[in-house]
Amino acid sequence: MKFIDEYRDGDAAAGFARALARITTRPWTLMEVCGGQTHAIVKFGVDELLPKGVTLVHGPGCPVCVTPLELIEKALIIASRPEVTFCSFGDMLRVPGLSTDLLSVKAAGADVRIVYSPLDAVELARTLPDREVVFFAVGFETTAPANAMAVFQAARHQLANFSMLVSHVLVPPAMEALLSAEGSRVQGFLAAGHVCTVMGFTEYEPLAAKYKVPIVVTGFEPLDILQGVYMCVKQLEGGRAEVENQYARAVRRQGNVPAQQLVRQMFEVVPRKWRGVGEIPASGLGLRAEYRRFDAEVRFDLENTHADEPPECLSGLIMQGRMKPHECPAFGTSCTPEHPLGATMVSSEGACAAYYRYRRVRVDTVSTGN
Amino acid sequence: MSTNETGFGCPLPIGRHSRVLLAHGGGGQLTSQLLEQLFIPAFRNDALAERHDGARLSMGGATVAFSTDSFVVRPLFFAGGDIGTLAVNGTVNDLAMCGARPQYLSCGFIIEEGLALEVLERVVDSMRLAAAAAGVALVTGDTKVVDRGKGDGLYINTAGIGLIEHGLVVAPSSVRAGDLIILSGDIGRHGMAVMAAREGLEFESAIESDCAPVAAPVLDLLEAGVEVHCLRDLTRGGLASALVEIAEASRLQLAIDETAVAVRDDVRGACEILGFDPMYVANEGRFIALVPETGADLAMRVLARHEVSRAAVLIGRVGAAPEGLVTLRSRIGATRVVDRLSGEQLPRIC
Amino acid sequence: MCLAIPGRIVTIDGVDPMLRSGKVDFAGIQKRVNLSYVPEARVGDYVLVHVGFAISTVDESEAAQVFEYLKAMGDLTEIEEPPS
Repeated sequence: MKFIDEYRDGDAAAGFARALARITTRPWTLMEVCGGQTHAIVKFGVDELLPKGVTLVHGPGCPVCVTPLELIEKALIIASRPEVTFCSFGDMLRVPGLSTDLLSVKAAGADVRIVYSPLDAVELARTLPDREVVFFAVGFETTAPANAMAVFQAARHQLANFSMLVSHVLVPPAMEALLSAEGSRVQGFLAAGHVCTVMGFTEYEPLAAKYKVPIVVTGFEPLDILQGVYMCVKQLEGGRAEVENQYARAVRRQGNVPAQQLVRQMFEVVPRKWRGVGEIPASGLGLRAEYRRFDAEVRFDLENTHADEPPECLSGLIMQGRMKPHECPAFGTSCTPEHPLGATMVSSEGACAAYYRYRRVRVDTVSTGN
Repeated sequence: MSTNETGFGCPLPIGRHSRVLLAHGGGGQLTSQLLEQLFIPAFRNDALAERHDGARLSMGGATVAFSTDSFVVRPLFFAGGDIGTLAVNGTVNDLAMCGARPQYLSCGFIIEEGLALEVLERVVDSMRLAAAAAGVALVTGDTKVVDRGKGDGLYINTAGIGLIEHGLVVAPSSVRAGDLIILSGDIGRHGMAVMAAREGLEFESAIESDCAPVAAPVLDLLEAGVEVHCLRDLTRGGLASALVEIAEASRLQLAIDETAVAVRDDVRGACEILGFDPMYVANEGRFIALVPETGADLAMRVLARHEVSRAAVLIGRVGAAPEGLVTLRSRIGATRVVDRLSGEQLPRIC
Repeated sequence: MCLAIPGRIVTIDGVDPMLRSGKVDFAGIQKRVNLSYVPEARVGDYVLVHVGFAISTVDESEAAQVFEYLKAMGDLTEIEEPPS
């Protein structure tokens, strides 16, 4: 596939690995922000090609993982209502709430449907006027333009039976929270390439300057990640802390302006709770007052419903990069994809799930016989 | 926000599901749990213990293979096949995986009240054609009708028997370190053909299910004198699940080279859009064969003689350790462990 | 963040920019994609598609830079550029 396969080339990967080994003189800890990057790293084994001193830690880059328990609980309440057709991306179906998840609720008879696009949910609302169609609008900035368009079209079609349960989160405030936290050992970032496709990367410039960390906007294929790591390490070795763009084939500095405009029209910046991290001010998106009639929390009177995070799941530490999945005592034992303690084990993006699926047994104990 | 840093108790996990989930039928981890924790202990016997696609039995001096499969696919009709073709070929192929010549099938229909008779006629016609193509006779059956709303239209169960005409034990227990692993063709067609027809995830594609009988190339392998150690057809759970099952049942290591596994471009495109891994996507006309290294050349020549296995490739080798694991060398040269999926793959955005 | 796959625009419909959509081809699979956010895109261009929306066009001249970068470092000398 064009613009994918070239970036999975083994010889070029080996080339980057060699170049990295040449320039690395000290240990460095980098964080890849995006769960999609984590997934690719573990699936292709990119971290095996890194020199010993370069460590990648996995950041909170999975909107599924960071969606607060409270919001999952609200989703479960809404989805269980007989008049509701609850539409969601597949990612959310296995995320555990306090005692159950959307997939189990579906098994018990609720009308829960997987959709590929938010517009599919809008279409369902149009074709099923007797149902209350609710869409679980989860995502980072990448998905906000799609969700904004869904509200725009629902408004245009004057749909009375469509609403969205919004759990949008923004990356730069989360990165700032990570950087300002005590004990942060992250020295450089691979910023989320598709978030930056929409938003551009001007927001990272003040972060790089204030915290003196290099931030490289990075794509999702193995070569992208390797080049991103190389560019980051090169900066660190040279004592620089700038924003660079590895993913130039998709990302421009100003981002996608028409997309940003529609997002601003439908949504405003609000404080949001992040599962495992806590509330971060100005870190999420909520529907503007004039579109609040499409807000499922309002429609189903759940604004004052609260739920507390259980203390046992350590996914917060993992998302902050302070622990690796296999360092958690529950990993692979009481916490597996079949019975997850937290979202990082369930989400296809979650660091724990990626490790579980592609690693489980440490590969250095494996004799491959190759 | 409490992130517990001072140690913690492991609470009871959420699972130990009190209800059956879709994932229990997915061929992955939960299916395996159901088998290991419920069915196998309940019906304990040697044939079940093999954990193979069909049972190998001695009856009055003959060795027969016996297998069953149920078909609940939605939609009933998709590019390249329908529930009827699946029902016949699924059981034919399970028997073939025991190294048997499939001969007789039974068929049970569970029909939802209100199903158009014309639909049933189409399905039965497909079954007739598939049975003829596979050389089997449908000799007994049963029909039940359930209330409207309880069926998904139509469910079919088939069971089959076949004669094992050779002395080999074709099962995971026969696999040896040093064996080579052959894959009969490209993967992922069936699962993505069905996905393309599923409401809400539509895309236009020319992908057709690979649903086909595979008994002919398998019997040819045996007749040619290839010492086939194990066969497994790839159904739900895909290539990855079949490999994991054999690795676990044989307690050996299966090492696979990702670049050797063929995936058609359009199947890849469909997988990429939905975020699926082709290794886990269902197939209905593909199998893997584990043969001793000395027999591999002959095996490849035999397989090339049959349309359904014309594109067979060597994808890996069996090792002694680590026990029960499947490892994959990725296209960038790093190695990872391949595990079962927990539950079905769901389209993802992330 | 998240899954965005490059595909080639095959057709474009809709005059209203907010309803601009088209068929995008992904290695032989075609899907209808909303093109409102890539007003500059034309038939034949590659776009990155996320949840049914094109969020960016793929800049083909930039796409090669990963390999040029490697070459410049001297690490891709013996190998030919991958077919594009």
